[in-house]
Amino acid sequence: MPTPLRRLRLRSDCFRAVRAFFYAADFWETDTPVKVAAPALEEHIDAVPADDGFLRTSPELHMKRLLSEGAERIFQLGPCFRRGERGAFHHPEFTLLEWYRAHADYETILADTQALLRQVARALLGGTTLPAATGPVDLGGEWRRLTVADAFRRWAGWDPTANWDADRFDLDLVEKVEPALPRDRPVILMDYPAPAAALARLRPDGRTAERWELYLGGLEIANAYSELTDPDEQRRRFAACAAARAARGKPVYPLDEDFLEALRRGPATAGGIALGLDRFILLCAGAERLADVLPPP
Amino acid sequence: MYSASDLRKGLKIELDGQPYEVTEFNFFKPGKGQAMYKCRIKNMITQSTMEKTFREVDKIGEPNLDHRNMHFSYVDGENYVFSDQTTYEEFRIHQQTLGDKRFFLVEDMAVDILFHNGNPIDIQMPFFIEKIITDTEPGVRGDTATNVTKPAKIDNGYELRVPLFINQGDTIRIDTRTGAYVDRVSKG
Repeated sequence: MPTPLRRLRLRSDCFRAVRAFFYAADFWETDTPVKVAAPALEEHIDAVPADDGFLRTSPELHMKRLLSEGAERIFQLGPCFRRGERGAFHHPEFTLLEWYRAHADYETILADTQALLRQVARALLGGTTLPAATGPVDLGGEWRRLTVADAFRRWAGWDPTANWDADRFDLDLVEKVEPALPRDRPVILMDYPAPAAALARLRPDGRTAERWELYLGGLEIANAYSELTDPDEQRRRFAACAAARAARGKPVYPLDEDFLEALRRGPATAGGIALGLDRFILLCAGAERLADVLPPP
Repeated sequence: MYSASDLRKGLKIELDGQPYEVTEFNFFKPGKGQAMYKCRIKNMITQSTMEKTFREVDKIGEPNLDHRNMHFSYVDGENYVFSDQTTYEEFRIHQQTLGDKRFFLVEDMAVDILFHNGNPIDIQMPFFIEKIITDTEPGVRGDTATNVTKPAKIDNGYELRVPLFINQGDTIRIDTRTGAYVDRVSKG
């Protein structure tokens, strides 16, 4: 593993390579507020309070507003904050790379991700094999695609898209499915059960959502959606989240009405993604803990 | 009751009426899912370990643990008798509970006994004790190709491995936590 200073330099090289990719692809870099009044309402994500507002958990809602105003290709990399998330691969302050395309879906975003990560790996490492601590990960070859239903049937013995059980899903994902995923190549887990859709749109059958997650070396790296663009459905989901949070005694954040209003203006379809850049840097550095590649406090 | 977020290495918890110590602890959180705390826990009575995953919403029992300062009095058959220095109450602890630590007890030794629901489950004694080697073969120099240690016994029959240069009558120091030889204190 490179020296501490070299690891910090790797962060800079990574940001540079990421920006180069997006500028060449005609994206512009947005900077949206870090302190927000209404963090996205998600059942299991807690925001850090800041004065009369909160630190953002993601730039998603603000970036999607820009799509509604006509932005077609936008990206942002910057700090996000989540309360109570600390561990080998979690840090309460971390760097997310998010990008969005109007008139696109999660397949377009997948193509972007493959091109981006291969290019960034070449710039940082001179090749497309990541020297991850769990073993080399070859980004250059075929990326393994698996539906959530198939992965769970195979490694957990049940199908969460047929019978939903939130607790069992989270537990089996961590205990049975994630540890079984191939480590030597990228794995895309796709089409999550509708109750785990978050902000992704549902497929016509209503059972699964157009959401995929990227795993590299068994570590969750990115979460992508064909974005939900229906404001009424979005409002319903936020309300359900609010009720679930309240039932567990968790703070319920205000609804982002500006965001919901913006969804009315379009676009009809969009694809977007959040990628944990610190984790990607960890894999490039062959580090074992996120703290090893974060700027020292 | 503890919340899952209280979990940390070294925490003592209770599951199914048994006391456990958390020996390893890892935080997991799949992107949109609930936080999970994967732990390795050790049963404080049987010493066996197992893995246990707790969800963020889980509540975990706190064991009723107590420890008391005692002095070792004497052996009575298979039981070792300790006396509480303040109340002079006597406690008998079976040799099975003490394990090898029973061999390191000396008369009037001050120890710390851990109780769970009033039952003694563990003993904390001074880390090092000195004992005379009562039985060992003379070590032959030049034998180091195959063996660097040899068996030896102390007065109560406890057997451990010692370096070849240790002789019968030597006083050695033993680490009571591991039961292993540490160094020689004096020659016999």
